[in-house]
Amino acid sequence: MTSQPALTPAPPPVAAGTEPSPGIVSVLRQNVRQYGMLVALVVIVAFFQFTTGGTMLRPQNVTNVFLQNGYIIAMALGMLLIIVSGHIDLSVGSVAAFTGAIAAVVMVNYKLDPTLAIIAALVVGGLIGAWQGFWVAYMRIPSFIVTLSGMLLFRGLTLFMLEGQPVGPFPQSFRSIASGFIPEPLGSIIDPFGADPLKVTTLLLAALLCVGLVMLDLRSRRDQVKYGFRVTPFGQFVAKNVILVVAIMYLAYRLSAFFGLPVVLAIVGVLIAFYMFITTRTVLGRRIYAVGGNAKAATLSGVKTKQMVFFTFVNMGVLSAVGGLISTARFNSATPKAGDGFELDVIAATFVGGASAYGGVGTVAGAVIGALVLGVLNIGMGLMGIGIDYQFAIKALVLLGAVFVDVRGKNKDS
Amino acid sequence: MSDVLLEMRGITKTFPGVTALDNVSLSVRRAEIHALVGENGAGKSTLMKVLSGVYPHGEYEGQILFDGQEAQFSDIRASEALGIVIIHQELALVPQLSITENIFLGNEQAERGVVNWGAAHARARDLLKTVGLDDTTDTPVRRLGVGKQQLVEIAKALSKKVTLLILDEPTAALNETDSQKLLGLLKTFKAQGISSVLISHKIKEVESVADTITVIRDGKVVESLDATAGGVTEDRIIRGMVGRDLTHRFPDRDSNIGEVVFEVRNWNVAHPIYDDRMVINDVSINVRAGEVVGIAGLMGAGRTEFAMSVFGRSWGRFVSGTALKNGHEIDVSSIPKAVHNGVAYVTEDRKTYGLVLMNDVKTNITLANLEGVSTNSVLSAPREIKVANEYRDRLSIKCSSVRQTSVNLSGGNQQKVVLAKWLFAQPDVLILDEPTRGIDVGAKFEIYTIINRLASEGKAVIFISSELPEILGISDRIYVMAGGKIAAEMPAAGASQETIMRAIMRLGRDASEGIVA
Repeated sequence: MTSQPALTPAPPPVAAGTEPSPGIVSVLRQNVRQYGMLVALVVIVAFFQFTTGGTMLRPQNVTNVFLQNGYIIAMALGMLLIIVSGHIDLSVGSVAAFTGAIAAVVMVNYKLDPTLAIIAALVVGGLIGAWQGFWVAYMRIPSFIVTLSGMLLFRGLTLFMLEGQPVGPFPQSFRSIASGFIPEPLGSIIDPFGADPLKVTTLLLAALLCVGLVMLDLRSRRDQVKYGFRVTPFGQFVAKNVILVVAIMYLAYRLSAFFGLPVVLAIVGVLIAFYMFITTRTVLGRRIYAVGGNAKAATLSGVKTKQMVFFTFVNMGVLSAVGGLISTARFNSATPKAGDGFELDVIAATFVGGASAYGGVGTVAGAVIGALVLGVLNIGMGLMGIGIDYQFAIKALVLLGAVFVDVRGKNKDS
Repeated sequence: MSDVLLEMRGITKTFPGVTALDNVSLSVRRAEIHALVGENGAGKSTLMKVLSGVYPHGEYEGQILFDGQEAQFSDIRASEALGIVIIHQELALVPQLSITENIFLGNEQAERGVVNWGAAHARARDLLKTVGLDDTTDTPVRRLGVGKQQLVEIAKALSKKVTLLILDEPTAALNETDSQKLLGLLKTFKAQGISSVLISHKIKEVESVADTITVIRDGKVVESLDATAGGVTEDRIIRGMVGRDLTHRFPDRDSNIGEVVFEVRNWNVAHPIYDDRMVINDVSINVRAGEVVGIAGLMGAGRTEFAMSVFGRSWGRFVSGTALKNGHEIDVSSIPKAVHNGVAYVTEDRKTYGLVLMNDVKTNITLANLEGVSTNSVLSAPREIKVANEYRDRLSIKCSSVRQTSVNLSGGNQQKVVLAKWLFAQPDVLILDEPTRGIDVGAKFEIYTIINRLASEGKAVIFISSELPEILGISDRIYVMAGGKIAAEMPAAGASQETIMRAIMRLGRDASEGIVA
């Protein structure tokens, strides 16, 4: 069969061809909607930069944002798919603790290679996801209940694994996934604007990333023009890319003035790219969005709804294990209380990033920005010396406010 | 006091693009049973919604006089205050609550917010006695059958002050015994001075209980017949219901019919919850290449259930039956398998089952055949856009671009998007379930044109519709379904609305006389 429609051509409709040009107000409104959280992130960073007298953007603090939040970002990627498919996972903190404990016990008690420990943790994470996905997708138990049960179950198993005691410390090679930096074979150069020497490899990698991103954007723009779609004015397109390049290069500049690119950021960066690809460019991603958008319509279109939901849980289990490995390595020990409250940060990050609680809507970029907003808030408030009590309350209001703005925008739209 | 209880004068109700009621007048006397008959979509339910305040005063034109006073209802509560109580087709009971709790829902027997359950149960028991139910008052409603639930609804109505009871197809889901019980109850009420308006498709029962029969067609009152004098026959009523001219509302087509492409044999399906209730009984149909086969029937005849069951068993519990394509048995036991074997089903409810409304047009069009726009499971955005644009042009889908969100499209254009989705899946057999429901006349014509083109390209089309003129205008051959069975099969040439209606009624009457179980 061909992909050609079998119908004889009918006269094209009046509105065919190019889209009408939108007014300036609607362009602005659309961009605020699209980039709203990004703008908020910049405002928050600027705010802390100001209130902390320039401490916020010091190389060490910029590096810390990623060292401290890498596992949240990794897990938010999995949570995004879960929430897009119309479900929730409350167990990710316990699963992270349990998989971290497994890696710790394998390395410390059985003296096995860290690589084996990592593989073991990832496999167990996948199995846990399969267990929960089975109940949610095939037994039709609400995910809230299945994962609430999982939250307790895997906390209990963590205690059992660790016999109530912290297990550690770990070999350096394992710890480096959370606190190490990529090798800098190209050495350093002198920073013309600052005191610290700059790591060249980090800067080079960032430059390559910028070239790649700009080329991708150019290609997509060319395709859109080719098919007669309305595209943003060329000036706006250039401005957007310049801002993006400047932001990435500035970030790299700050990182290179410390120890360079953290290993955890490299891992998370690869994951982000991978999940962006999955969500926007693959049949699998498209089907997950369809299931969350209208499960009945998706089923009647031949989408294997249950399989999709099952997959998102397996995926979440593996990414919980990634989060568990990073946080265990970071603290250099697996503890019975590890991962406590991770689920709240991860879910909050996804919602702050614009995912819909009703399913079907959400982006990888949004989830990452959401995680960064929360991470910057944590570090910034810490630097300002704000008490933990206020920190909780402020994060709570940010979550509520972000979702409120999002919901309001959507209601106005339709 | 005058003899007339209710008088509706010159009621006109329009929805965007449609006139649902056109200058309708209705007069109901005291202590009478007034039957309202007409095809699906004729305007019966709309008229009753105007009367009961669902459409408040100001949203329609015309005048309502109740008990000689002009009434301007702002909502249902206002009409209930005068004793007008409506019992809808879909029962409004809460299954988990007891009979008593349901009867007094929203009207709790309470003092200062504290419910007096003793008094409530005692009153409920009296009401149940009136309607002839002997279940205990604390029985949860979900344990009752449909017939008994209907009686609980009536008891609930009686718990309020009732002067006019409106029943919208109360016997549609009831068996013969329960129907008789309910109709007997209406006669009892009549003796007590309560009037009833009975909307029904069962002409036989209308004949047996009604004092006056009003026939509505296309939003207009055709006639009001006095049934007390006798002489109103079933034929007379049916002629009134369907007697409209077939004008040129359908595009012409030269049929070029080939071999049998798709066949369903002895299909049996049980209700998804009540295992012992057979919804589809031994249905066999076939359709040829280039043929449009209509399935006519009233709502609840089992047409959608049958179609969805054939399409990957997506409705009910499959019991038995075989599907064949080009003479070979095919596996349609899941939706992906049915699609793989070239069967497509375009749903009757495009918003709930057809579209992902929050997604754009192109995403919806490609959903059933993502393989067609991807390589090794990686989507190609250019290919997807190309495909979507092609279908947009060929089906004349009016949208600003294929990136427009489908929620903002008109009903007709949404329907075309659903059609486009299934055409892109390249089926050989296309089952269209009420494809023109709720869309305007112009869009209907376009859909008919598309169907004709599909048939001329050799596809086998099964066309389900409740609108008889449409079935007659578009089909080559017609199956009539009633009560989950095939009641008749006829070529469209020579068939008329009367012959179809008669086939439906015959099966219904046979059932009510106990000839067919």
